[in-house]
Amino acid sequence: MSSSAEKSAKCQVSFLVNGKETKLLAHPMERLLDVLRNDLGLTGTKEGCGEGECGSCSVLLDGMLVNSCLVPVAQANGASIVTIEGISKHELMSPLQQAFLECGGAQCGICTPGMILAAVHLLEKKPEPALADIREGLAGNLCRCTGYMQIFEAVAKAAQRRVAK
Amino acid sequence: MRADPSDYKLVSPGNLQAVLSLLASEPAQWLPIAGGTDVMVLYSAGKLPNRQLVNLWNIPELRQIEISPDAIRIGAACTYTMLRLHDIISREFPLLVTAASWTGGIANQNRGTLGGNIANASPAADSLPALLVYDAELTLVSVRGERRVSYRTFHTAYKRTALAVDELIRDITLPRRFSEYFSHARKVGARNAQAISKVCLAALGQTANGSIRDVRLALGSVAPVPLRLDETEKLLIGNRIEPSLVIAARKAVMNEIRPIDDIRSSARYRSAVAANLVAEFLEKLAVEGTHQ
Amino acid sequence: MNVPHIVGVSVPRKEGRDKVTGAARYVDDMVLPGMLHGATVRSSVPRGKIKTISFGPAVDWNEFVVVTAKDIPGKNCIALILDDQPCLAAETVNHPEEPILLLAHADRHKLRKAVEAISIEYDPLPSIHTMEESERQSTIIWGTDNTLKSYLVEKGDVDSVWKDAAHIVEGQYLTGAQEQLYIENNGVIASFDPEHGVTVWGSLQCPYYVHKALMALCGLGEDKVRVVQMETGGAFGGKEEYPSMIAGHAALLAIKSGKPVKIIYDRMEDMVATTKRHPSRTRHRTAVSKDGKILGGEIEFTIDGGAYATLSSVVLSRGTIHAGGPYYWPSVRIRTKAVATNTPPHGAFRGFGAPQSLFALERHMDRIAEVVGISPIEIRKRNFLKTGQTTTTEQTIKENIDLHRLLDRALELSGYHAKKKRFAVENKLGKRKKGIGIAAFLHGAGFTGSGERYLNSLVGVEAGPDGIVRVLVSSAEFGQGTNTVLCQIAAEALGLPYENVAIAQPDTTVVPNSGPTVASRTAMIVGKLVQSAARGIRQTLSKTGLLGDNYTPEQFSSACAKYVATHGPLKSYVRYESPGDVYWDDAKYRGEAYAAFAWAVYIAEVTVDLTTYSVTVDDFVALQEIGKVLNPVLAEGQITGGVAQGIGFALYEKVIWQNGRVLNNQMTNYIMPTSVDLPPIRVFFEELGNVHGAHGAKGIGELPMDGPAPAIVNAVEDATGVRFNSIPLLPEDLFEALQRESHEQDVFSTVRGTA
Repeated sequence: MSSSAEKSAKCQVSFLVNGKETKLLAHPMERLLDVLRNDLGLTGTKEGCGEGECGSCSVLLDGMLVNSCLVPVAQANGASIVTIEGISKHELMSPLQQAFLECGGAQCGICTPGMILAAVHLLEKKPEPALADIREGLAGNLCRCTGYMQIFEAVAKAAQRRVAK
Repeated sequence: MRADPSDYKLVSPGNLQAVLSLLASEPAQWLPIAGGTDVMVLYSAGKLPNRQLVNLWNIPELRQIEISPDAIRIGAACTYTMLRLHDIISREFPLLVTAASWTGGIANQNRGTLGGNIANASPAADSLPALLVYDAELTLVSVRGERRVSYRTFHTAYKRTALAVDELIRDITLPRRFSEYFSHARKVGARNAQAISKVCLAALGQTANGSIRDVRLALGSVAPVPLRLDETEKLLIGNRIEPSLVIAARKAVMNEIRPIDDIRSSARYRSAVAANLVAEFLEKLAVEGTHQ
Repeated sequence: MNVPHIVGVSVPRKEGRDKVTGAARYVDDMVLPGMLHGATVRSSVPRGKIKTISFGPAVDWNEFVVVTAKDIPGKNCIALILDDQPCLAAETVNHPEEPILLLAHADRHKLRKAVEAISIEYDPLPSIHTMEESERQSTIIWGTDNTLKSYLVEKGDVDSVWKDAAHIVEGQYLTGAQEQLYIENNGVIASFDPEHGVTVWGSLQCPYYVHKALMALCGLGEDKVRVVQMETGGAFGGKEEYPSMIAGHAALLAIKSGKPVKIIYDRMEDMVATTKRHPSRTRHRTAVSKDGKILGGEIEFTIDGGAYATLSSVVLSRGTIHAGGPYYWPSVRIRTKAVATNTPPHGAFRGFGAPQSLFALERHMDRIAEVVGISPIEIRKRNFLKTGQTTTTEQTIKENIDLHRLLDRALELSGYHAKKKRFAVENKLGKRKKGIGIAAFLHGAGFTGSGERYLNSLVGVEAGPDGIVRVLVSSAEFGQGTNTVLCQIAAEALGLPYENVAIAQPDTTVVPNSGPTVASRTAMIVGKLVQSAARGIRQTLSKTGLLGDNYTPEQFSSACAKYVATHGPLKSYVRYESPGDVYWDDAKYRGEAYAAFAWAVYIAEVTVDLTTYSVTVDDFVALQEIGKVLNPVLAEGQITGGVAQGIGFALYEKVIWQNGRVLNNQMTNYIMPTSVDLPPIRVFFEELGNVHGAHGAKGIGELPMDGPAPAIVNAVEDATGVRFNSIPLLPEDLFEALQRESHEQDVFSTVRGTA
């Protein structure tokens, strides 16, 4: 029926990306990361390691934080994906991004999209996180520049402001 | 990224029967992929020999959690996050939930599945020692029907399991017998998160009248398979926890395990730490393990 | 004119908005029409002659662009200092993963398969992989004696100090390689056309280094090479010299194909092929008086340079000059060398030799204290440099630095004395031993000696007709805050709002050569030039009568508009001028090594868990004097990030080698700290000013790398009583050392009865 020497056919993938109905043809084992970056031009999501260790490729898939370098695009069929570009659209500048700017949460910026996605995910699950919760929530996102201190401050500040609203 | 996606097939039959039919019709041709946190790493590194994969991520029958008075049945495609969020599992099977919280970061816990971890059969997997001490049973299914195997017999050699070429793990059953046990788990990795374990202990114990009534010890990363320490347990049961017993237990642990030198750690270190972890557990059990 | 201060304020990062919205453009985010992907075929042996190169039969090679050394139009080298490193190996390879040939294709996947389809046969040659093997010189792999560079520093009369010494203290200290692990891998896009020459866009620190290297490699004049720095996702020195190599590769493919070529490494390739921190070995032999004063000493410092010289001479230089630390050495002999091994060349990594020699020194100071019988605090206080005294290179300390007070303040901030008392009691029981350790150190900012004069930096500032001011420098932003700080300086110099100042993307056709973004020189030296250049704009407008001494931003804008309409572009350039009183002898390695030193005392509190043999840092105090804090949030971020890397250097980051090849070239096996591994890092600044720096600033980028490792290992010795002199200090090492010393507490003594 199928020999392994044959090339696989592309399949139809339909999903919501940042709220927009999106349809495309892709090989089912294309990484979601590559589909986002190359097919959809959403280059905000980054590749740092290709092995699910650094979290630079984090996106939300049906509201869950996932490493998009480890998701075959076929498994995202029918799902709702949110990337850093989608977070930016919700408000003029979300409290989290504002706090990152004020506290120095971004230095070189390459981990920042993934880090912000992880922080969004954390704040949705735990709107008033303690420092230990923030540390755990971000433990899958590596930052080489900041030593994390100012990222923690940014997330705590954003949490305070959201709760205060 | 060292794999060409056009060389790979991934099919999504969408229900368990269809998956099993595929596995039966083309035995050993289709690699199941659930959350992908192991398979996709190999794939991206260009080290996945399988070219055809079958998608388990969207199979509802594999995602159920059934509670009955005597047991809990966890669908094989339940993620670590699902385990952590489940009230009864958290209360009655803390070792499993603790292990789930150690597995990768949040993103990997949202995708990694218990069944995937078991089938991948790495002796370093965090949740496997917990399943050993909880007397887990696996339901294996194929077009030929289903069978139950004791998890203790599932791993036969390094990365080899009792799964037939056309079989899948459907669920994991845990008997609800351990709420009265003192439980203790400790993972030793290169760092506090996102670390493959160097040694991992899951332990349950009960004391009565100062003696060990029951003790269950399992270690990861110290043998080709996750290891239940039968000999050490035998030595401990019925005895009082005293310095001489702990010394004997340490020796027994070091005799029972078969750690290796690898890229992460050394056999000598693993041995010493394994013994230390068991000793630490016994000391805690002595203080906190009093139950009728 | 009453202008609120901008310098000294935590204004937001200039490119911050793009970074937090995902809009920032890194090189892999860029695609050019008709672009090909490029890949490198590398050596699988550590040393040998290339015998045959076979192109596998299953690939249609006509589809591919193939480049070998023969295709190089100019000189087959990566021009840097000695020019001994080839761009592509022609006949011989000298390290694993050495580049041999290049391929390009439009399809990335076909490209990778093609790389795998090439097989190369070698006649292996004997290879060497340790400093000791290299020193033995039984196999010569570089020059006549494997020595890439050596220095000798002599002060006073060392040979006479031994006879009066109450104590002679010896020690050997080792540091391992360290991977920079920027989260964005090396990447570049190159294009070529005969009219414009080569253009390269890349993730890099030094556009003009790449420019110089491409001129030599491609045989092109300086106006036929253009280098543009893209947003760069971390560098730490790892993108100081290496980008010249990857840019050279992409350029060669672009020249041969006539199409743009993108080369992006994946993590595995980046870790296995690019530069690491130089491993080091330091031997101290110190003559000490009865009351703990250093009379003199001999310091032997050796670093492993890898297969080619690249930057080893400069790393060695900095390690040499910092080897004596912040102490007064009446006499000293410092003999240093960089030796060759068959490893990918080691390179720049934050600190650049100083973390290595300072680790040794600060461990050694604790050792001296132990021998003399005084505390780690006392030994330092008795030997700290004072104003008016000279360093090991006989540089007189002119500023009023009071290291006694700095140390006392650090002790107070960390609660040192109370903790020591508490730990002494707590450590008697249980399997978790607490310890606290000190490191005192300095870091020279800017290029050594006459280096800045040699760099001859040129800086520009331009004011547009709309009154928006642009800073023109080749200094690259890669997270440290260059864009922000230079704009702050320019804004303040011009009395304009921060928002009215921008900074040009570093593009060698647009910005002058303000020197490489290294050596903690940018805020201090380039900043000062930016200040002058900005003032130059004011002077020009004032001289032409268009602007008074006081003005509003609107008046400034209209003055600019008038000027540009009448005279054309409004630009001001300033070139570096060496301060007259700086004297440096390159032959004797004596004199004013650096324009300014920053000073620091770091204190680490640790727990050593004797069950798992792991060390956790529980609290970290980083106190430093840095001249002037230009932007508090950015400055603090530099320190916390540097301390985190220093903690990694000490406890986590081990490069595992096998015959010169990195075995653990994946993030899963090369361990850097996560968010749950680091302590609160408490940062404190003091400001003594600096005549040579903008607003009195000293460089701070590398300083925080020097202190954490010795402070931590000092703390571990404090906790366990075991002397560790080699980093990284992994739990396995701690375990083995405790076995050897039989220091292990009886773990059974803690069982508190039974139920």
